[in-house]
Formats: sequence, C-alpha cells, structure tokens
Amino acid sequence: MTPFDFNPFGRRNLPKKISEQEEKKLSEKNWVKCPSCGVLIYDKQLKDNMNICPKCEYLFRLNSTDRIKLIFDENTFEEKFNDIEPKDVLNFSDRIPYSQRLKEAKNKTGLKEAIRVGTGSINNIKVATGIMDFGFIGGSMGVVVGEKIVRIVEFATQEKLPLTIFSSSGGARMQEGMYSLVQMARTAAVIGRYQKAGGFYISVLTHPTTGGVSASFAFLGDVIIAEPGALIGFAGPRVIEQTTKQKLPSGFQTSEFLLEHGQIDKIVKRKQLKQCINTLFGFYEKGKQT
Amino acid sequence: MKCIKKRSLPFENSVDLIEERIEEIELDGLSESDKTKIERLKSQKIKELEKIYNKLSRWETVQVARHQDRPKTPDIVQQLIPGYVVLSGDRLFRDDPAIYAAIGIFHGQNLMIIGHDRGNGTKEKIRNNFGMANPEGYHKAIRLMRLAEKFNAPVLTLIDTQGAYPGIQAEEMGQSAAIATNLRDMFSIKVPIICVVIGEGGSGGALGIGVGNYVAMLKNSIYSVISPEGCASILWRDATKASKAAEKLQLTATDLIKRSLIDEIIPEPFGGAQRNQKETIQNIDEFLSKTLKKYAKMSAKDITADRYSKFRKLATQDI
Ligand SMILES: [Zn+2]
Repeated sequence: MTPFDFNPFGRRNLPKKISEQEEKKLSEKNWVKCPSCGVLIYDKQLKDNMNICPKCEYLFRLNSTDRIKLIFDENTFEEKFNDIEPKDVLNFSDRIPYSQRLKEAKNKTGLKEAIRVGTGSINNIKVATGIMDFGFIGGSMGVVVGEKIVRIVEFATQEKLPLTIFSSSGGARMQEGMYSLVQMARTAAVIGRYQKAGGFYISVLTHPTTGGVSASFAFLGDVIIAEPGALIGFAGPRVIEQTTKQKLPSGFQTSEFLLEHGQIDKIVKRKQLKQCINTLFGFYEKGKQT
Repeated sequence: MKCIKKRSLPFENSVDLIEERIEEIELDGLSESDKTKIERLKSQKIKELEKIYNKLSRWETVQVARHQDRPKTPDIVQQLIPGYVVLSGDRLFRDDPAIYAAIGIFHGQNLMIIGHDRGNGTKEKIRNNFGMANPEGYHKAIRLMRLAEKFNAPVLTLIDTQGAYPGIQAEEMGQSAAIATNLRDMFSIKVPIICVVIGEGGSGGALGIGVGNYVAMLKNSIYSVISPEGCASILWRDATKASKAAEKLQLTATDLIKRSLIDEIIPEPFGGAQRNQKETIQNIDEFLSKTLKKYAKMSAKDITADRYSKFRKLATQDI
C-alpha cells in the first residue's frame, strides 16, 4: 500500500517522547509513563483501568485479549478458524526473513495471526466478531487475516448474527505482496453479501487504522465508531506531507477530524464502548422483531 | 530522434547505439550499400531488443511499465470504441480527471471503458494528478459502472496508477471509504467487468477499479501491494533499495500468472508497448473480443456470482 502502511507510527499529537531506555528502566519497576501527560502509572493500575491514563485519558493500545475482556461478557468469546496459519508464500526477506518475522510475532503475542475471529456475547446479545492485534506485525493484513474475516462474515451471514470488527492495523502486509492486496477485495465482497442479506455490521476503528485495512472492511461498517484520538486514514501522514509539500492541519487524520468530515458516526470512549455497541445491536434486534 | 533517445531506458543503451548509427547513415544520404547497411542494422536492433526484453529484471520491468510513451486510457478508448462519448463527474463534488471514462461501440456491442489517466505533457499530468485518483474519481468510476448496466455494456477498466492520491483533501473527502465502497459494490455490478493493467498497478488505488470477472495484464506492466520505492523505504529504511524490493515483491505479469493471481497476459510488441501503441492496443482488442465472448450468454446473476466466486477463491491456494 502507501509507503506508510504497516509502519508502526506513534500518534503525532504526542507531546512527550519517552526513550526506550527510560521505558525499560521504568518497566523494571512496574511503572509506565504516560506519553501524553507524563504521569507515572503503576502497570497493574493501568491494566485495571482498560489501558487508559487515569490523569489525561490517553489511550494506551489494547491487545486482542484485553479488548475481548473489555467488550465481551465473561468467558463468552469462542474463537473460530484458528487452525489456519500464515505462510511465507513469496519467500520474502528484507532486513530479516519474513518467516522469522512471523516466528517472532507469534512468540511475542502468543497469537497465530494479527486477527482473532469468533463469536461472543455483548450484554447477552450474541454476535460474530473479529479483533485485530497491532502487536502482530503491526496488525497487517495478509492472506490469513483476510481469510479469517471472509470465514467469520460468511458464518455471520449463515447464522444471521450481528457483526462487529475491531480494527487496528497499518494496512496490507507487504511481505505477502499481491496475495495481501487482494484481501481488500475479498473482505469487501463478503461484507457486501452480508449486508445485502440484512446483516448489521459495526466497525470499530482503534489506533491506528490505515492503508489497506482502512480502505476495505474497516470503512464498510453500517455504523462506524472510533476510539478518541486514534490515527485513521488511507495514506500515512508522512507520505502526504512529502507528496503535497503542505503542512498538515492540526489534528489531521484523528478520530475527531474524521467525525468532523463526515467519515465516521461516532467517537466513543473506551469505557462506554461496550454499552454503545450493545445499544446499537439492541436497536437492530428490536427492528427485526417488529 | 533526439526526443526518442531521451525516452529510452537506461538498459536500452545498445539499442540507442544502433539507432544512432542508422541516423548517421541516413544523414549522409542513401546509396544502395547504405540501404543494405541500414537493413542489417535494423534487424540487429530487433534482435537486440528481443534479447533485452526477454530477460528484463523486475526492476527494469517497473521502468518499462512507467514509460510515458505507453498507451494511456484515452489512446485505448480512441482505438477500441471510435465514436465514443466521454462521461464525467461524481455528482457530488467535482470531476476527477485522473479517471477517464467513455462509452462506445466495440465490434457491434456497447462497451464502457473506465481507466486511470496519467496524462500527456506536464500541464495535463499535473491536472490529472499523474493518474492518482481522489475519492471523487472512485465515486465517478462506480457511478459509471452502474450506468453501464443500463446500456447492457460490459465494463473494461484500465489500471495505470502509482496509487490513490495521498492528499489532505483526499483524506477529508474519504479516500478510504471511497475505495472500500468500490471494492464492495463492484461485486454487484450486473455486467461483465474485465480489468487490464496497462502500466503500473499501484496498491489500493489500482484495486479500487480492479474487481473484475477477468483480470489481465499487459506483458510489461506491474501490479503490486506497494511501490518498490515505498516498500524499500519502510522495510530497508532506504528508498534506493527499490530494485531489491521489486525482486522480492514479485510484481510482474509473469510472476502473478504463475501464482494464479491474474488470469492472462496480453502480449506487447518487441521492445515494449511504448514502441508501438497501435499494435499494443490491437492486442488488447483481440484479447477483449475473445474474453467478452465467454460472458455473452451469462445472466446478470451468473455474472455477479462468477465475480464473487473468483475472488472467494483468489490467493487461498496455500491455506
Ligand atoms: Zn496521561
């Protein structure tokens, strides 16, 4: 995709930078420093607070496990299609071989791919879902990410389940070349069929959602919700700056910017997200009954 | 002559030398022996081109694919559907000249052609954003595909772009949503869609008009998830490693047909499409006549089902 794709960039509205060294030193003492307000937070306290800075509400990234905990009723998430695993089809290597990148990502996250799909309940409403994990090669979409989405959306169509996907991705996975690009069309195709059959899809955009993910299933939600302050866009800000040689407006490509420009329905705080999704699905269920 | 030399590619030096010699002889006047000399040089030139083009590296192919003398969408429209009518606009905001569209008659049958237009000459290139479409371009494309249904006109899309335009306004106007919507809604277009990559098929901006029942590439075109330069600057942190990235990305027509990621390769004349536009477009003509026959008797339902099942299976052979 665009040269910015998949690049794990930080938010541009970060006022303070924390060096890796400092971060390491702090984490040894179980402390985390908020990159936005600089406050020191005890890491367990941060986790208990859904990775939200207690002082300034800065959103630390949630991995898929914590996201599942946040959204789904306890022990209701059932993972599906977890038997397929990514392969190095192009025999790709850059500074390190892709096969090694995959291995490292698996070890680091304990996951097989950058998305988990399945079913779960949100305040007792059963839904089909996909949860992306940015920790796995920047949440990039290769063949298996695409195929898992295809399968879960087909499943949702068959079972007439509402659908919600939580995106967090730099875009297409370059290391899988054209195999990766066509996943944009494949995921869009199944969502089209699902929606034609009357299915209701809530797309939740979290930091960051860009490139080939943003320009496919993520922007096809019947309702699109974003977490506050997320970077969302097709092209990366640096590429836009380099191409246009223009200064980017402040807050460019943030959730707030997208809401203002009519690109999303809502910005919902992390703590209200479950309730908001539940309410919308509730309207959908009600509409089906009447 | 000077102009042609300027447009030849770095790896075509040996051909340039032969051409220079032909030119020198022609300037000196033409005796009988000169004529035979020239004939000999000309056949030497063809052999040299054959030699170069039979073993183009991937990076060299990228350069051929981007050559400014290759046929562009308006050239192809002119030759395939004489008497065509150009159609414009997205009905929302503005007309995006990076997408060129026209309807006309192709061998007795209606045909809608929609393609990227990189433009000719500096002024036009700038106007067309070098073929990098904005959201309104994608809106225009899908609008005209829907219109094609009314004419019962198959759609030929011509892909020739570095990518969708990375601009401030493009983001404000929803580049992501525009491409995503096209990807979804092209699946419900009731007429056959045939896609041909004629130059550079750059990422989502290319795919945004690339959902076809049948997808072909001109021999020396490329189709890639990211530009080699972009890939190099991210993965190697060095844009000058683009040739290396091109090798790794496997973005040529030959690479992609081996992996069943495209359906067919359309041949180019010796020395690439940039040396003979007319013959190249003739090859597209023959390809299209043949391909459209397959869909002539299909119902609308079968046409959309065919497109869906093609993409449902695409790229999954390894899982
Ligand atoms: Zn804070």
